[in-house]
Amino acid sequence: MNIEHLYRQVIMEHYKSPKNKGFVADNSYLTIHLNNPSCGDEMTVQLKVVDHVITDIKHQGTGCSICCSSASVMSETLKGKSMDDAMKIIHEFYELIKGYPYDKEILVGDAVVYQGVAQFPARVKCATLAWKATEQGINKIKEDELNG
Amino acid sequence: MIDVDRIRKDFPIYSKQPNLIYLDSAASSLKVSSVIDKIDNYYQTLGVNVHRGAYDLAYEATRLYEEARETVSEFIHAKNEEIIFTRGTTSSLNMIAGSYRNILKPGDEIITSELEHHSSLLPWMVTAKHTGAKLVYIPLNEEGRITVDAFQSVLSDRTKVVALTHVSNALGFLTQIKEITKLAHEKKAVVILDAAQSAPHMKLDVVDLDVDFMAFSGHKMFGPSGVGVLFGKEALLNLLEPFEYGGEMADEVYKDHATWKDAPLRFEAGTPVISGAIGLAEAIRYINKIGFDSIHAHTHALQQYTLEKMSHIEGLAIYNASSENPVITFNINDIHPHDIATMLDQYHVSVRAGHHCAQLVNKFLGVSSTLRASFHIYNSYADCDAFVASVIAAKNFFEGF
Repeated sequence: MNIEHLYRQVIMEHYKSPKNKGFVADNSYLTIHLNNPSCGDEMTVQLKVVDHVITDIKHQGTGCSICCSSASVMSETLKGKSMDDAMKIIHEFYELIKGYPYDKEILVGDAVVYQGVAQFPARVKCATLAWKATEQGINKIKEDELNG
Repeated sequence: MIDVDRIRKDFPIYSKQPNLIYLDSAASSLKVSSVIDKIDNYYQTLGVNVHRGAYDLAYEATRLYEEARETVSEFIHAKNEEIIFTRGTTSSLNMIAGSYRNILKPGDEIITSELEHHSSLLPWMVTAKHTGAKLVYIPLNEEGRITVDAFQSVLSDRTKVVALTHVSNALGFLTQIKEITKLAHEKKAVVILDAAQSAPHMKLDVVDLDVDFMAFSGHKMFGPSGVGVLFGKEALLNLLEPFEYGGEMADEVYKDHATWKDAPLRFEAGTPVISGAIGLAEAIRYINKIGFDSIHAHTHALQQYTLEKMSHIEGLAIYNASSENPVITFNINDIHPHDIATMLDQYHVSVRAGHHCAQLVNKFLGVSSTLRASFHIYNSYADCDAFVASVIAAKNFFEGF
């Protein structure tokens, strides 16, 4: 285990200057709230989807640097993607976090710096909390579409 | 005087993990080899049920199990009939709160506090919902302590239950439970004490404290996990409905009704935690051999030594410098406790980060989480030094970005 593999400069920059942070008071966004029960961290993600495309993502939460930075990276990675593509990317991110081989054509950008998390099993939940919230949101939107 | 090197020979984990700096005993203590041996011996040489068989092995298993009960009752100055073996503090407290769902009425009041561990709070929150009784919180003082005066301010003729922590798991503060119990009894309320954190650190005397029910766990006092104790005054226990129904708790069974045995068997339905009880008794013998005076002197000295060293670190907030139990709860600037804990782990320092299953404490402190270092007899001054050095290293690391 090497601490430098976990706390990369990119991660700490997203922690200090997060992208897409803050709420919008707009009910065209779907809001998802998740807790990390082991440490009391919480994360709220807002999604705006137009014609199956995620046109905007906002996030707000309290948590460690891994959790909060990961929300920022998630929002940058998935904004502008179709829901189906976003689900594929989320899946590859989970593979990366578990230390499994991941598809380098699907998962690109800052998200890959979380590869080091695999060496720190206690931090997997932190790194994935915001991604889980978005995954839940996409599933909810798809379910609502099916049910008319 | 505690000789840490000698003590560590009793804890086999140190031979497997020689670099271990274990500062999370408030969550669970390390385990003593004599306890492990006793449990192993039960499974290797007996392994049969208690109270049931008319053969030698069953008799011997029963003897060891009941001897364990006697060891526990002597440990807290109770009668054998007042000691119920459970799965742990959480189980014990749920059992009592569950029983009071048949007793409490709308308008009755249950006094509790924001210092409670969730296992002392949530069972009563649910009992209040079921019965229409009201949860009443003792206002904590500025430091976060329960005071006798504040207790008195919420005590009334409506008070039926007082369910409090003896020592806060998050902050280590000791509740003046003897004085509180005396006042509660004047109002004919029952007192239920969560002694999970006090049992590993101080002499508990249920006659002196006069509490009506008390719960603690084996795994925080060098014993095995999966076993705990519920103490209840004999007269009160036999008025309560059993919590579970099954083998060995019924007196006579008919087609349409049954009668129950007296405590403790009334509350020990099914095959009990036999090996756990035997292990817990051995843990108590180990504690008795060392003595609470030595345990307190050693852990208190470590706590004070560490507090002094920490006072030189800039940006450190310590929430419980006056705590009676050897627990230090803190934060460093606005660096998240989980980030610090991961860094400390790199130095083999094990501490707790989070809300410690006491979310109301964090809400009281106005923080989302904290770090907690807790000490026991196997900790050394070198552990304290390594801990403080790792805290400084973590602070420097995260402030470097």
